[in-house]
Amino acid sequence: MKIYVNEKKVTVTPGAKVAELVKKHKPGADLCILNGFPCLMEHTVAANDRVVLIKKGERPSKRELEHLLAARHTPGVHARLKKACVGIAGCGGLGSTAAMALARAGVGTLIIADFDVVEPSNLNRQQYCVDQIGEAKVDALAGNIRRANPYVTVVKHRVRIVRENVRTLFRAADVVIEAFDRAGQKLMLADAVLDLLPKTPLVIGNGMAGYGANDLLRTRRVGNLHVCGDGTSEAGHGFGLMAPRVGACAMLQANQALEIILGPDPRMPKSQTRNPKSR
Amino acid sequence: MITVNGERHPWHAGLTVTQLLKEKNYVFPMIIVQINGAHVREEDYPAAPIADRDDVAVIHLITGG
Repeated sequence: MKIYVNEKKVTVTPGAKVAELVKKHKPGADLCILNGFPCLMEHTVAANDRVVLIKKGERPSKRELEHLLAARHTPGVHARLKKACVGIAGCGGLGSTAAMALARAGVGTLIIADFDVVEPSNLNRQQYCVDQIGEAKVDALAGNIRRANPYVTVVKHRVRIVRENVRTLFRAADVVIEAFDRAGQKLMLADAVLDLLPKTPLVIGNGMAGYGANDLLRTRRVGNLHVCGDGTSEAGHGFGLMAPRVGACAMLQANQALEIILGPDPRMPKSQTRNPKSR
Repeated sequence: MITVNGERHPWHAGLTVTQLLKEKNYVFPMIIVQINGAHVREEDYPAAPIADRDDVAVIHLITGG
C-alpha cells in the first residue's frame, strides 16, 4: 500500500509500524506526526496515511522545512489555507497577534498595512520586541512572520489607511481583519469595506480593554460583518489595554477568519456564529 | 414587530433608521447599522425604511486594539 513519509510517496507492506519507517527513511527520528497528530513508534500505518518523521534538534534543510512546519495541520486544511489571502488593517495589538497566528496556521498570503513605527508603549500588548523599537511596524511584523514561517507571502504597505485606499489595499483579500485602536478608524474601515468590497467578509475587534471576564469575549455575525470582543469595554484613561485580553480578541478574529476561509469544521459542536459554507 | 440587536421592538408604518435610533435612545456617534445583514450608509439613515419583521443590528464601535 502507498503512504506518504515526509511528503514522499512510498510503498509499505500492510501492517508496517512507524518504527520500521524510521529505520528505513529517517534513522534517528524521535518524533512521528501522523495525519497532523503525534503518534507512538509502535503505531501501525494505514493506506494513504501522511507520516512526518522528525529528529528533534536537527535543523532541517530548506527543502524539508515547509512540510515539517505543516506536519501538525490536518491533511487538506493546509492546502486550502495556503491558497488563501487575509488582509490585516493595522499592526498593533490586534493586527500583530492575528497575523502571527495566521502565519503559523499556514495562510499563504497576508496583506499587512500600518503607517506607524514600533515604540516602547506598544510592547505591553503587541507582538514586537525591544530591539524592534523604531522600526516600521510592517517591517518588524514581516520579519517576525518570516522567522516563524518563511513560506508565508507578506504584502506590506506602510501607509495610513483611509477610505480612499481601502479597495486598492485589500481587494485581493478573501477576508479582512480590522485591527485598529480608535473607534473612528474602525468605523471608517467598516463603512469602506462594507460599501466598496461588499463581497469581502470583515472581522472587527470591538471591546477588549482591561483583564479577566473571559466569558464576555464572543463573536457575533451580521451579514458579512463579524464582530469579536465584548462590545462594551472601551479603552480609555484608567482602563487600559493588556496583552492577554487584546490577544484573546485578536485570536478570536484570526479563528473566525479561518472558519470563513475553510467553512465550519464538521467535527465542531454546533455554534451560534458558524459560517454557512466554505468560500 | 421587528428585531433590534436580538430584542423585539414594535414596528410602525414609516419607520426609518433615524426614527428607530431615536426610539431606542441610541446616541452613540460611532455605529454600524445593518438591516437583514445589508449595510446602511449613514447618509441614508433619515430615509432608510425599516419593514415589519426586519432584523436590525446596530453595532456600537468602541476604542481599543
